[in-house]
Order: sequence, then structure tokens, then C-alpha cells
Amino acid sequence: MLSLLWLIPTLPMLSSLLLMLGAGRFTRHTSALLGVGSVGLSALIAFAIALSFDTTTVYQHTLWQWFSVGALTPNIAFYLDGLSLVMMLVVTGVGFLIHLYASGYMYNDPDYSRFFASMNLFLAAMLILVLADNLVLLYLGWEGVGLCSYLLIGFWYKDPANGQAARKAFVMTRVGDTAMAIGLFLLFRELGTLNIAELMTAASTRWPEGSPTATLAALLLLGGAVGKSAQLPLQSWLPDAMAGPTPVSALIHAATMVTAGVYLIARHHALFLLSPLAMDSVALVGLITLLIAGFSALVQTDIKRILAYSTMSQIGYMFLALGVGAWSAAIFHLVIHALFKALLFLSAGSIILALQHKQEISEMGGLSRHMPFIFGCFLIGSACLAALPFTSGYFSKEPILIQAWLQSPMLWFGGLLGALITALYSFRLIFVVFFGPLHTEPSGLKLPAVVALRMPLALSILALLSLLGGFLDLPLATVLPTTSGHPPLLIEAINTLVPLFGVLACYSLYHRNPALRQRLIQLPGSQALRRFWLNGWGADHLYDLLFRRPFLWMARINQADIADSLSRGITQLSRYSHLLLVEVQSGQIRWYASIMAIGVAFFIGLGVLT
Amino acid sequence: MLTLLLIVLFTGAALAWCAQYWRPHDGPRAVALMTLITALLLMLPLAANTANGAFIAALDETWLVLEQTPWIPRFGIQWLVAIDGMSLLLILLTLVLGLIAVAASWREIEQRQGFFYFNLLGCLAGVVGVFSALDLFLFFFFWEVMLIPVYFLIAIWGHEARHYAALKFFIFTQASSLLMLISILGLAYLHQQENGFYSFSYFELLGSGSRSPHHFWLMLGFFIAFMVKLPAFPFHTWLPDAHTQAPTAGSIILAGVLLKTGAYGLIRFLIPLFPDSQVSFAPWGMAIGVAGILYGAILAFAQYDLKRLIAYTSISHMGFILLGVYAWNALALQGAVMQMLTHGFSAAALFMIAGAIQHRIHTRDMRAMGGLWPQVPRMAAISLFFVMASLGIPGLGNFIAEFLVLTGSFQVSRTATVLAAGGLVGAAIYSLIMIQKVFHGQASTSHTLADFDRRELSSMTVMMLALLALGLYPQPVINLLQPVLDELLLLNTPLPMRIVGVTP
Repeated sequence: MLSLLWLIPTLPMLSSLLLMLGAGRFTRHTSALLGVGSVGLSALIAFAIALSFDTTTVYQHTLWQWFSVGALTPNIAFYLDGLSLVMMLVVTGVGFLIHLYASGYMYNDPDYSRFFASMNLFLAAMLILVLADNLVLLYLGWEGVGLCSYLLIGFWYKDPANGQAARKAFVMTRVGDTAMAIGLFLLFRELGTLNIAELMTAASTRWPEGSPTATLAALLLLGGAVGKSAQLPLQSWLPDAMAGPTPVSALIHAATMVTAGVYLIARHHALFLLSPLAMDSVALVGLITLLIAGFSALVQTDIKRILAYSTMSQIGYMFLALGVGAWSAAIFHLVIHALFKALLFLSAGSIILALQHKQEISEMGGLSRHMPFIFGCFLIGSACLAALPFTSGYFSKEPILIQAWLQSPMLWFGGLLGALITALYSFRLIFVVFFGPLHTEPSGLKLPAVVALRMPLALSILALLSLLGGFLDLPLATVLPTTSGHPPLLIEAINTLVPLFGVLACYSLYHRNPALRQRLIQLPGSQALRRFWLNGWGADHLYDLLFRRPFLWMARINQADIADSLSRGITQLSRYSHLLLVEVQSGQIRWYASIMAIGVAFFIGLGVLT
Repeated sequence: MLTLLLIVLFTGAALAWCAQYWRPHDGPRAVALMTLITALLLMLPLAANTANGAFIAALDETWLVLEQTPWIPRFGIQWLVAIDGMSLLLILLTLVLGLIAVAASWREIEQRQGFFYFNLLGCLAGVVGVFSALDLFLFFFFWEVMLIPVYFLIAIWGHEARHYAALKFFIFTQASSLLMLISILGLAYLHQQENGFYSFSYFELLGSGSRSPHHFWLMLGFFIAFMVKLPAFPFHTWLPDAHTQAPTAGSIILAGVLLKTGAYGLIRFLIPLFPDSQVSFAPWGMAIGVAGILYGAILAFAQYDLKRLIAYTSISHMGFILLGVYAWNALALQGAVMQMLTHGFSAAALFMIAGAIQHRIHTRDMRAMGGLWPQVPRMAAISLFFVMASLGIPGLGNFIAEFLVLTGSFQVSRTATVLAAGGLVGAAIYSLIMIQKVFHGQASTSHTLADFDRRELSSMTVMMLALLALGLYPQPVINLLQPVLDELLLLNTPLPMRIVGVTP
């Protein structure tokens, strides 16, 4: 079974290639069969491998040697251990459900096969990323993910705003990618290999703890991770990435792309463990991002943007977990988050579809009676997101907070505050969208019955998994260092009660007692704060001022290429002197004669005088 | 056989001109096509042999073919042509892109077809000569031979400001190559001083430049000639004009092949002749390379003219070659040569696309484009492919090239590499804005355009497959280059540190 591992990324890749070459000539049915089927097959193989794979071992499979120059000899080779197994299952499993859903959601889009071509390529790139046995191949997947996110965010290319969002995502993540590439150059220069396993062994044997080179390398990799995972300071592309179709958002937020950074750091934990500074940076980046994203999510009015900020915030929890050394907890939260975030996005997609592509939550309301199934799904997703007791989100977030407490009460308090905010914004969404008066009448979908069924099917499976996900036992013990230690019972009790308090507060503000909310809104400065949070803490403005405008300015003033002025100057000079000399050629004898006389007189004078 | 190849190309050029008088509409282009196919068939056995590892050892195992006859014995000038793995690859690139250029001109060129193909083939012959000549005088001869046809290509079949562009191109390259001529004569004179007879032979002059008291100035003569050709900042300004005004085939040959002669000159002649300069001049060389990468990227973004944009991207990409050459280690040199090949394909393809768009909507101004995707989906998707290649998406050849250059140069200079890596971000910015302006958005005007036809599609397919092959399995190319580059690296190993690939 293990020998089929290479098929897992290859199948979606092939299907993507076929769909591209088909250039829109396939019928919807064939496109869906290829697009969804290939991913389904990959998922099946992945699960079959998971059943038979002994996670205390490692499986490597080399397809061919990519290139070999001196000591740089990366292979096209896959590496399977507990960590990549978990990632592979999430990517193929959740990816398949999103594809299944998308085959219904996108049914009426004219570019159905282009959509699946990009989606499949996205999944293939992500699978290469998590299965790569060396950093060069990982970088291939890494860049491939960036490329596909560009293709999919800008999928509806007719609106320039979508193109803008797609370019923003690509360029911002490329900034991170470039930092990561420099990290690769550094690692290769210092350790002479880019094979991940060899690299980690070499790093831990050759570098002492706290070595500045290790810190630099780890920070450069962190640069790559914050780009792809939308963490501070490269976070602001994610909310705009909502320009793509909703299943794309689900894919970016749940199964692919944003989890890549978390995986990268977990994969290189041996390197990060060498550098306390790098670890602290990871934790701090996570903490700050989870808070600012949480506050932003509180005031957003677009359902997808709320979810986007919540992703940013939840990835922040994963970074916090990585930074405090709770490696398995980070990956566990990644898995659980993938399940409930896919559920939330796809449910939101169903709402958006039913409301004729309205995304503002002010235009929703009272949907619990009209869309009970979606309400149920959304409620499950939100409960997990808010980490209410006994949901899967509770089981995955609790270890993070505990480990944070053991590391530093400050980090714990930040995380706890984040948990409160999470509960607030997720249930604000529930109360505004599903309760209160009905603003827009949901309409039925114009889809063939078989196709329309795929969406609730995917949602039900995701809802079930989100409910039961807490009981999963991930085979990470052999790959990632384990943590131990118990906090006081009081801390655990607080961790459990805070989200409940958040939900109650929300209930009172948005359902029971709206007058209280009005009074809050009228507090001085609250509007300014709201706008500040709404715009993501002004990150866009800041980057606009610091980078975009200077770049545009440089481009504009030098559009004609200043380096050309020398040759243009010479041209001008010879043209002017030409005009000057033309004047001399007047054709008049007396003019020539007088010039000659003056010249002769001048030279005689010169001869006499010297 | 090399001599035969050159004869075939020159004869083909003459025949194409004559064919004008027999069949003015399709004679010349058919002759050009046949000539290039014959030339490729001539090279094929060699390429196949090399792939098998059966080297035709002439001098030593790096030279695959070497042909030598005295030409002007009094001055020690000889007909010395030889190829090694690097030359072989570049000649193959030249011939393939020559075919693509013929395909691109198939319908575009109606006026004076015979003279057009005469110039096209003449230029290609000159380039093949440049890539194979090992006598410096002969090298200079071919260097000039490839120039003049390009002047005519731009001046006769170019666009609105063709005379200005052609003249600028001619003056820039001519002035710089005269400097090179002085340096060549200086080296020959130096040889006469030392050994009592003149020689222009590469093998006899190797390393001799560094022994001259005026070695810096002699080196500079070569350096400027190659910089202008590459082109490197700040000698690049002829390129945007020449590209913009040239007919599509001219742009393809310019970007795909002609620029590479500058890079080839650096690797083959400048550093082997002046080994010391590699050490003393390297910081300058790398700095100019980095400046070109960043400057080209910013200016590319600023352009409205599609062809001008692509021209500036070429300047940016050529900076990587300069950086790699002056880093002078196995990784960086492999990357530099790889960049010559991959940029050859990606830039040629982009220029062909720009030409195809101009042919259809009669403008190169991107402000007049937009929303072309639904009308020409195949062209758009293929453009996206080449844009992604040029911004260095892994899996395509350009990534391997840039990755190798940067990995290699990082061993030598961290600062230069980190700055150069900024070019990766720049590439993303200018490439994507181009796709946005041309293909995305709402259709600005109601053009009804024809998508790529079979001729264009097959040209594009060839280049796409080449880039994919170079990106996914570049090892055959690397193996072909390895002995050549090892030999070159042995020429000057002034610092023990410089042997890279084996780092402690």
C-alpha cells in the first residue's frame, strides 16, 4: 500500500493537467468526475495508507533525482512519518469534502473546468509541500500553493478588485517566500544539505543551543511561515482573499495554504528548539496576531471576512502553541480547525448562495427558521470555534492554553482573552445571522437534484467530524517532542468557563438586551476604534504608506529610465551642434571670405603674440 | 562538421534571398525553414552522442569537436572553431529559437521577404559562429556578423520609431565592440612581446591578460562589450528601444539568443583570459548584476508598452547571470548557464505573445488592452505559463537557474544575494500586473480576436515542454555543462575557499 504514496499528489496533478488541456471542452459531468474523483481517490489511498502505516517508522520514496550540482542534490522524493501522515489526511480528506461541495456550488459557473483545474493543482501543491523530503521540493509545493491561491482568488477575473486581491496575496506571501529562500541558502551554506531529516540531525549536532546562525535560519523560516499563514506582519492579504469563490476560501483556510506555515515550523522543530529567541518570536507573533485578528473579527460586517479574521486568529493559537513548545497541540488544533472552519465556510457558502450572493450580515437575520440544516451546521462550527466544553475545539484549544500557562502567565492571559473574543465574535455571527427579523428571503437553488445533494452531504460529514474530532488520537508522539506538566485546577476551570461567559455576553448583547449594545456603541471613541478594527488595525494603510507608494513613486518618476539620459544627452548635443554648424554653411561667398579673414587674422595674431 | 554547419547557415541565408526572385510569397520562408531543420539535423548526432557519454575527444574530454585551419598565418589568425557542452547547448538553443522566429514571421513579414530571411539566417549564423569560435579574431568577426543583420531587421521591418531604435542599437553595440577589438589586439600584441609571434588563439592566450601591465584596461574593453550586449545596468538602454521596435522575430532572436552572447563572452573569454579580474573585479560585477536585477524589475513595472515591459524583465533576469558569473563557483555558474537557456525560451515566448497581440489589435499599449481572456483563452493560459516561468515558479526551468545562482552567490556574498532575492518579489509584481492589464478585467474594446492557431500553438508547445523539462529534470544539461565548468573553475582557483559545493 505504501508504494502507492506517490499517487496521492500525482492524481490531482494529472487531473488538473487533463482539465487544463481539455480547455473547457469537457462537460460539467466529466469535469466534476475528474476534479472530485481524483481527489477522492487520493483520499482513499491516503486513508488506506493510514490504516497500514506503522507510525513509529518512516517511509521514504524517491521518484527521481531532481538535480545534482556539487553537494546540492535534491530529489523528487516523498517522506512519510506521523506528522506528514496527519497533514496528508487533512489535506486529502477535508480537500475532498470541499471539492464535493464545490461541484454543486460552482455548478452554474461557465468556467467550471478551469475552477477544478486550479483546485486540483492547489491540492497537489499542498500535498507535495507536506510530503516533501527536502526543502527544495517543499519550496516547490510552497510556491505552487501561492500560485494556485493567486489563480483562485482572482478566479472571477472580470472584476479588477478580485485581481487586486489575488495579486496582493501572491506578492505578500512571496515576500515571506523570499525570506524563506534566503533561509534555505543559509542552511545549505552552513550545513551542506537541504534534506530535511539530515538537516535537522546536522543542526542539532553541529549548532549549540542559542547559536546565532540557528536563530537566523529559524527566523528566516518563520518569515516564510508568517507569509503563508497570514500572521503578523504579513497578515493583511487574507481578508482580501475572500474575493474568490467560497469553496476556495474554505480550501485556503482549512485544508491548504494557511496551515503550511504551522507545518513548516513543526517540521523544523529541532531547529527552532535550538533558538529560544526564535521560539519566543513564534509565540509572540501568534499571540499578537490572535488578539488583533480577534478584535477585527468582532466588528466586521461581511460574513466571509469575519471567518477570515477568525482563521487568522486561530492560526495565531497554533503559532502560540508552537512557540511554547506544545507541538502536538498545535497540529491537533490545526486538524480540528480544518474540520470546523471548512464546515463554517461551506455553510456560509450555502447562505450566500441562498441569498443571491449577499455577504453583509446586516442583510441576513432570522435564517434559523428558513435554513434549519445550515443553522445546525453553523452552530456546531461556531461552538467548536468558540471552544465550548466537549466540542472538538475545546479539546484542541485547552492543551494550548495549559502549555502557555506553564510557559508564562502573560501568554496564557493573552490566549484567554483571545478565547473570550472568539466566543464573542462567533456567537455574534450566530445571533445576527440566524435570529432576529428576516431581512432577505432565501431562495431555492437552481440545481439538478443529484448535484444539489452533494452540498448537504459534504456538510453533514464535516459536522459529524467536527463534533467527534476531539476524540482523535494523532500519531505524533514519535515525531514531535511531547510536553508534560499540569496547571492548577483553577486555571483549567477558567479556561473552560471563559468561552461560556463570552457566549452569555453575546446572548445578552445581541438577543436579550440590544439597548445595552446601543449604549456601548455610543461610548466616546467607540466608533473610531470600530473603524480601526474594521480596517485590520490600519495594516493596509501602513503598508501602503511604507511600501506601495514609494514603489509606485519610484516607478513613476523613472518611467523614462534615467540611465538613458546619457545617450539621449549625446544625441541632443550632436543635434544642437549640427544645427549650429548648419548655420555656418550659408552658401554666401562674402560670409565664407570674412570668416576666413577673421581666422587668418586670429592665427597670425596668435603666432605674433606667443 | 561545425564548419559545415556554418556553411549551411550562410548558404541558406544567400539562398533565401535568391528565393525571393523565384517565389516571392513563400520561397524565402520555406528556404529558411529547411535550412534550420538541416542545421538541427546536423547537430543531432552530436547531441545524441553526447547524451550517451561518447565524447569525441579532440583536445581533451571537454571539447566535443574542434576544427582548425590557418587563416592569416602572418598574424597568427586561424579558423579555429570548437564546441564543448556549453557551446553545444547554446547552439541548439539558437537553432530552435531560429525555427520559432521563422514560425513567428510566417505571416507577419510580407514585405521584402527574401532580404528578411537573409538577415535572420545571417544573424543566426553569426551567433553560431560566436558560440563556436575560439580564435579571438574570428570571434570578433562573427560578433560583427551577427550585429549588422539585426540592424536591418529593426530598421526595415520594425515599428513606428524603428530608425531611432536601430541606430541606437547599432551605435551602442558597435562602439562597445570596438573597445573589445582594441583589447583583442592588445592581447595579441602582448603575446608577440612575450613569445615573439602573434596569436589570437584562445588556448594560447588563456590567462595571459592578467600578466599585462594594462590588464585592467584590457579587461574593461571586453567587459564593456559584454555588458552592453548582456545588457547590464547602466548600458541597457538600447534594449527597450530595440525590442519595442523590432519585428517579432527580431525580438525573439534578440532576447533569446543575442543577449546570451554577452553572458557567454563573460564565461568563455573574459574570466579565463583575465583570471585575476575574477577576484579583484567580482564585487563590482556582482554589484552591477544586483543593480540590474532591481532596476530592471522596477522599470518593468512602470511600463505601459507590453514589449518594453518584457524588455526590462530581460534586463532584470540578465542581472542574475552577471551575479552568477562573478560568484564563480560550480553552483552559480550552472545557474548562470541554465538562466541563459531558460530565459531564452521564456523571453522568446513572451515576445512572441506580445507580437501576436500586436498583430491582432495593432497596439502594444497595455492601457488599450484588458479583458482579453475570454476571447483568447489559449493565448491567455499560455501567457500565464510563461509569466509564471519568468517569475520563477518551481517546476519550470527558470526556477532552477535562479535558485542555483542565488545558492551559489550566497556562498560568496550574502549582501548581494539578499538584495538580488528582492528581485523575486519584484518579478511577482511586474509579472502579475502584466497579466492583469492584458488579460484580466473587463474588455475595454470590442475586439474580436483569433486565438492561437496551430503554427503558434506548436511553437509555444515546444518552448513550454523545454521549460518543463529543464525544470523537472535538468540533470542532462547539468551533466553536459559539468566538465566545461569544472575546467573553467580550475583555470583560476585563487582562493581555496572558492571551491564550493563541498562546504565544511
